[in-house]
Amino acid sequence: MNTNLNISNSEYNDLISKKAEKSPILKNIFFAFVIGGLICMLGQFIFNQMLNLNIDNEKASIITSISLIFIGAFLTAINVYSRLGKIAGAGSTIPITGFSNSVVSPAIEFKSEGYVLGIGANMFKIAGPVLVYGITTSVILGFIYYIFNYIF
Amino acid sequence: MEILIEYGKVFLTGGIICTIGQILIDKTKITPARILTLFVTLGVILGFLGIYEPIYEFGKCGASVPISGFGYSLYKGTVKAIAEQGFIGIFTGGVSATAGGIAAAIVFGFLASLFAKPTIK
Repeated sequence: MNTNLNISNSEYNDLISKKAEKSPILKNIFFAFVIGGLICMLGQFIFNQMLNLNIDNEKASIITSISLIFIGAFLTAINVYSRLGKIAGAGSTIPITGFSNSVVSPAIEFKSEGYVLGIGANMFKIAGPVLVYGITTSVILGFIYYIFNYIF
Repeated sequence: MEILIEYGKVFLTGGIICTIGQILIDKTKITPARILTLFVTLGVILGFLGIYEPIYEFGKCGASVPISGFGYSLYKGTVKAIAEQGFIGIFTGGVSATAGGIAAAIVFGFLASLFAKPTIK
């Protein structure tokens, strides 16, 4: 490799834009749709198996989430999920397995910085905002629901 | 036949939700991390507006497995806890309903980090 690193920013940007493939949107959408759909079908399969075991809806759906989170964590740990993500894009980010990936991936990455400030502090780097906004919104809207249904 | 239709609806619903996310990533500068945050918040709001319920009835896990379904669970759990516990349910319901998933992600994440080696990028 004969790479000259003494180049200006604009030269660098030109180089990158030449090298970077144009994002083929239709192809991305196709894979996001198919892989996202398949992950949901896997969830439905687990859910149906739980119903067959006479487990109620609520528990079955919790077990489904936990199972998918386990699968996401496992595939992240063996470095398969990131490869899947390159093809699937949002199809692997948006399902709950992607949430799991967003927790597990920084946990592994920051391991070298220690158990508390590495793994512990970075685990929720991406999932943290998800919980902050999800929980805050649900408390605010829950409050509005409470006022309209129990006070008026 | 019935089971095929059921899985078809799951595939369709989950696929469409992921497609919306993919279009947002490709057409705007929203990063995947922001997409997750946006979708969970939308799930809560659509739950509140009564829009996510029929989507869930149609698509089952196709609506509950995407992260927007996590938002929907947060809201549904809040409503259920309010019915059972009154005012305090506003604070306890959401996290209670999603506790299994959150705890699983933390524990599996921690365990995975013990055994997996970071990849060199």
